[in-house]
Amino acid sequence: MRMSPARIWRERGARYRLEGSKCRKCGRVFYPPKPACPYCGSLEVEKVELPKRGKVISYTIEYTVPEGYRHLAPLIIALIELENGVKVLAPLTDVKPDEVYIGMPVEATLRRIWEESDEGLIVYGIKFTPAIP
Amino acid sequence: MFVTGVGMAKIDRHYDKGFQELVHMAVKNLVNDVKLFSPEAIVVGNMMSSSLFQQDSLAALVADAIGLRGRGGFKVEAACGSGGHAIAAGYALVASGLYNQVLVIGVEKMSDYPTTTTTAALAQAADFEHEAIYGTSFVALNALVMRLYMHRYEAKREDLAIWPVRMHEHGSQNPYAQLRNKITVEDVLKSAVIADPIRLMDSSPIGDGAAAVLLASEDVAGKISDTPIQIVGVGMGSDGLDLASREDLLNPMSVRIAAEKAYKMAGVGPRDIDVAEIHDAFTITALLSIEGLGFAELGESWKLIKDGRFAAGDKPSINLSGGLKARGHPVGATGVYQVAEIAMQLRGDFPGVKVGKADYGLAMNTGGVATLTTVTILKR
Repeated sequence: MRMSPARIWRERGARYRLEGSKCRKCGRVFYPPKPACPYCGSLEVEKVELPKRGKVISYTIEYTVPEGYRHLAPLIIALIELENGVKVLAPLTDVKPDEVYIGMPVEATLRRIWEESDEGLIVYGIKFTPAIP
Repeated sequence: MFVTGVGMAKIDRHYDKGFQELVHMAVKNLVNDVKLFSPEAIVVGNMMSSSLFQQDSLAALVADAIGLRGRGGFKVEAACGSGGHAIAAGYALVASGLYNQVLVIGVEKMSDYPTTTTTAALAQAADFEHEAIYGTSFVALNALVMRLYMHRYEAKREDLAIWPVRMHEHGSQNPYAQLRNKITVEDVLKSAVIADPIRLMDSSPIGDGAAAVLLASEDVAGKISDTPIQIVGVGMGSDGLDLASREDLLNPMSVRIAAEKAYKMAGVGPRDIDVAEIHDAFTITALLSIEGLGFAELGESWKLIKDGRFAAGDKPSINLSGGLKARGHPVGATGVYQVAEIAMQLRGDFPGVKVGKADYGLAMNTGGVATLTTVTILKR
């Protein structure tokens, strides 16, 4: 995998602050942020910060993981519905695979998500941890 | 527009063959299938030549493999749907009047690297910045969808093991199939978990393959083949690259849109289709494809499969080749295999399980998690 500082920097809003987009025409909010509304087609959207709490609506425990992520296996990937209804795909952390369930309340936390090598680039981003309901 | 000739290579771990040798194998079979072979252009469906082999300009590489230096062409990339999109591009080149005879080839080499390397390349079918960056494999994305399906429709894990068993049954009779062993529901439920709830035997195998289809205009089709098969409908559709912003993961928009366009163009509906080859990279993909194509209502396909529907002898019979699960899924080549198989079914000379007398056949191929889809309808 090739990563550049520019690429990491460009994505900082979505990755560090969970920024999504809000359509100025139809008002829908979505994640990840996009320059146009995927629902009504409007080209006018603005950045909005999303709520940091939500619940798991589907998940998988990934045992065969791509290169560069083997130390994290098994990896738990979840589809999360935030408190405002917006969906986010992200890893779960600080939880055991058999503790995860559909409907589990979770909250966002900033973690390391990928590193090039011991001395290379590091990518940080949002993961979700179990939350007290 | 006609399919005037087809050729396939058996899907396998062809460690002794590169892109050129695989394509050569398929095209030699195609040459034996036609009276005249002089394509004016080449369209190549392929996903991973760049990410795994550092090889672009695939049309030129392919041209030299089959003695066609000088012919123009290009590669079409739509992840695992590259083959179906190559058919659509080839169709457009002939339909526009630019050429009378276009060779569409699908080729993929997947077995040269460790599974984790191939898995990482396949993950490029997803949204890199917001899915693959987390180590999310392509299997994991499909597993999220499968869990949601089982949850919403109250389908049990064993209910969803019937499909792969049937695919191996069909594949066991197809000489081009990668997996020709029969399996049981218990085999599926005991196989290794890749990304829960997807197990190894829910998944199409990693393999190398090439397939070729010669498309020709009505003017020349009769000179090339005594049994040309007409293409009467072609449709394409897409959905969001990322899963999070999709409206409903269990209602595949790209399949619905591609199917609507193809059905309308052909002047037929789902009930008119006798035989279909659909995309079943994973068990869940088969269910969503069947529902998206209108062969079943949303949430109903797994029940119908349990009742024995869509097997050989039913209308439509689906994936008599063994599907991606057993025939194999050399990703960028798959869509071309499907069109070749449907053409052979309509001609009556498919070498595996036959549909019998059939008028209409359908091929549906998709890249990503139903992200980029093509539907092609053929008529005898």
